[in-house]
Amino acid sequence: MTTAISVAGLTKTFGPTRALNGLDLHVHSGEVHGFLGPNGAGKSTTIRILLGLLRADAGTVRLLGGDPRRDSAALHRRLAYVPGDVTLWPTLTGGEMIDLLGRLRGGLDPRRRADLLERFDLDPTKKGRTYSKGNRQKVALVAALACDVELLLLDEPTAGLDPVMESVFRDCIRAERRDGRTVLLSSHVLDEVEALCDRVSIIRNGRTEQTGTLADLRHLSRTSVTAELAGPPTGVADLPGVHEVTVRGTRLSCQVDAAGLDGLLAALTRIGVRGLVSRPPTLEELFLRYYQDGRTGAQAVAR
Amino acid sequence: MSTLTGTGAMIRLALRRDRILLPVWVYGLTALVVGTAESFARLYPTVASRRQFATGIGSNPAVRAIYGHGFDLTSVGGLTAWRIGGSGAVLVALMSLLVVTRHTRAEEETGRLELLGATVVGRHAGLAAAVAVAVGADLAIGVLTGLGLVGLGLSAAGSFALGLSFGAAGMVFAAVAAVTAQLTGSARAANGIAAGALGAAYLLRAVGDAAGPGGPSWLSWLSPVGWIEQSRAFAGERWWVFGPVAALVAVCLGGSAALAGRRDTGAGLFAERPGPAGGAPRLAGPFALAWRLHRGTLAGWSIGFAVLGVLLGSIASGIGDLVDGSPQVERAVARLGGQGGGSGDIVDAYLAESIGVAGLIAAAYAIQAALRLRAEETAQRAEPVLATPVGRIRWACGHLLFAGAGSAVPLLAVGLGAGVAHGLRTGDLGTQVPRLAGAALVQLPAVWVLAGIAVAAFGLVPQATVAGWAALAACVLVGQLGPVLRLDQWALDVSPFTHLPKLPGGTVAAAPVLVLVGLAAALVLAGLVGLRRRDVG
Repeated sequence: MTTAISVAGLTKTFGPTRALNGLDLHVHSGEVHGFLGPNGAGKSTTIRILLGLLRADAGTVRLLGGDPRRDSAALHRRLAYVPGDVTLWPTLTGGEMIDLLGRLRGGLDPRRRADLLERFDLDPTKKGRTYSKGNRQKVALVAALACDVELLLLDEPTAGLDPVMESVFRDCIRAERRDGRTVLLSSHVLDEVEALCDRVSIIRNGRTEQTGTLADLRHLSRTSVTAELAGPPTGVADLPGVHEVTVRGTRLSCQVDAAGLDGLLAALTRIGVRGLVSRPPTLEELFLRYYQDGRTGAQAVAR
Repeated sequence: MSTLTGTGAMIRLALRRDRILLPVWVYGLTALVVGTAESFARLYPTVASRRQFATGIGSNPAVRAIYGHGFDLTSVGGLTAWRIGGSGAVLVALMSLLVVTRHTRAEEETGRLELLGATVVGRHAGLAAAVAVAVGADLAIGVLTGLGLVGLGLSAAGSFALGLSFGAAGMVFAAVAAVTAQLTGSARAANGIAAGALGAAYLLRAVGDAAGPGGPSWLSWLSPVGWIEQSRAFAGERWWVFGPVAALVAVCLGGSAALAGRRDTGAGLFAERPGPAGGAPRLAGPFALAWRLHRGTLAGWSIGFAVLGVLLGSIASGIGDLVDGSPQVERAVARLGGQGGGSGDIVDAYLAESIGVAGLIAAAYAIQAALRLRAEETAQRAEPVLATPVGRIRWACGHLLFAGAGSAVPLLAVGLGAGVAHGLRTGDLGTQVPRLAGAALVQLPAVWVLAGIAVAAFGLVPQATVAGWAALAACVLVGQLGPVLRLDQWALDVSPFTHLPKLPGGTVAAAPVLVLVGLAAALVLAGLVGLRRRDVG
């Protein structure tokens, strides 16, 4: 398996602010890689460094086997980028923008362009200043997806899209993956990440907290257990890895770490189980845990 | 909720944003006027010395065209009002229209107004606040100028009449900008229309003032700048003139409020028409993009410069007739042209002076074209281009082509316009056209140096791109007031325009021109090297 993006120990400061603090990111060729983290975590800064727009203070960056700053022209021929905050030239129409960016990138596929315009339901004759946020986003998406490139760098590309367009976007990304393209997808939309991403990296405060498949990450998190027991659940709250215990009569609800699951089940069986519901952590719980600061955050998970 | 709810908060916000800009404008303009008066008082202390300086000027149509009527050139106050009244009024008007657009249409275009509009802010609060801030600055300039001149011992009535004339000019164009901000969706266009109105008002006054008896002197009365001039500070003040000025301000403000009430936030008065669904084949590179972004501005400037050239050229031949054989006048006019007391052809001195002014204005075009780079960067429109194989240098060169070669176009237009107009009057078209076109193009090296300062700032210290405008302001001060105020030579030498050959009429020396071109190239190079190294976005 080859590596499309390989970042290690990336550091970047803006004046007194440390935006990146030893960030690592590895994206395999041909995968859709989710890039997650709270606002201000450093996602856009990382992408701008990958594009060679910003210079890293320390750390190594390899993009498609090249150096983003030294080989920028050659590398940019092989990638397309959708910025998080799309601003268009007020006097150019959407269609002109798409063609211009495509040609700057070395040409776009007119059939694909027409197809994407139709699927995204975008009017290409409107002037840049008259597009709504969602339509500006579509202009950038069409410009990027209509090009035949190896790597797509997408910075919150679905912000402002309606649910129908969101689903069109998902279809497009699945098609990109089928064609063997690599996608780095920065996003806050959790079911989008779940639907599209092979692996994810979660960053916080300019540092990578976790990387892996969603299954890997789930494994690191807590399962929620609700049980109807034969007797009162005494002593369960003291078991290792069991949290947030609520008891109502013989009914118990709690959260349990993967490592504590075995012990909990053994204890419950001793009491006698009448009914049991166990639910893997939802993505939302998973991410809230990583996104939240301090002691309730990643450290709690890693414990 | 009234449509003005929240105006106070909006005013405080505007003042917070302009806490450096506005004091600099107010202080600079006040200091300019008071400093001019102080220098006149020092250099021409007696009535006799002033009479000597002024002989002929009052009857010279060319000088009247550029500076306006000199109603009483025997007093320090009268000299000051003549020399700085017109250009000062234009500068105050420029400040006011920029301030109003900045706090209305520019805020709307960036979407920031929407953020505020959703809070408890009335529909007209933003407009009212922008006008209030501009009018406040105008009044501050008026009052401070009046106080400063009184402090120099000039008559109170004249001092405050001159101060009020600056304030009035500012208010008129604050109100004009309040209207133009409603017309189009873009702040750049709103500024352009308002500045075009200011230019037209100035030209109407210039043509009217230059007209002899029986000529179209009534044209001055079509221009608010002409009315304000007719307040005649220090020469029997005519206060009633401010009546129609106030009426014009009221009409414009009322119209702007009515327009604002009729349109949607973010939209102009004219609906945006659909454009092409695809890019023309030639829209395919950084230069093509730069052409699309610059062509409208370049065309506007070129047309304006052609009109300016025709005007300047058409009154040139009248000058020699009126002042024939008076060496004193020749000296006085030549000094205005910065020729340091040389004699020579008075008409040429006038043309050289006029074209020099056009050169300064062309530098403003070059600086704004160069700073498009910074505007594109901060608006995050550079990022999608730089994420393609287009390198930073090619991207920058696309815009710099317009700052460099592009600034030759308006200059050529002013030279051709002046050459054709002057040539037709003198029946010497074949000589005058190339002569004046050449004289205009010789301004380019100095224009490039100023643009180069802007580029160097953009590449090396992008937060300080205002340095380009500051350099232009310094050149305007030195070039326009330096000779009259007898500044030291080193101060005059600071401006690249000082080193240009004074054409037509002067001698051409290659060395200073080449030095300026080299300096400009070095500045641009430094800027591009800085751009390669620094972070973008």
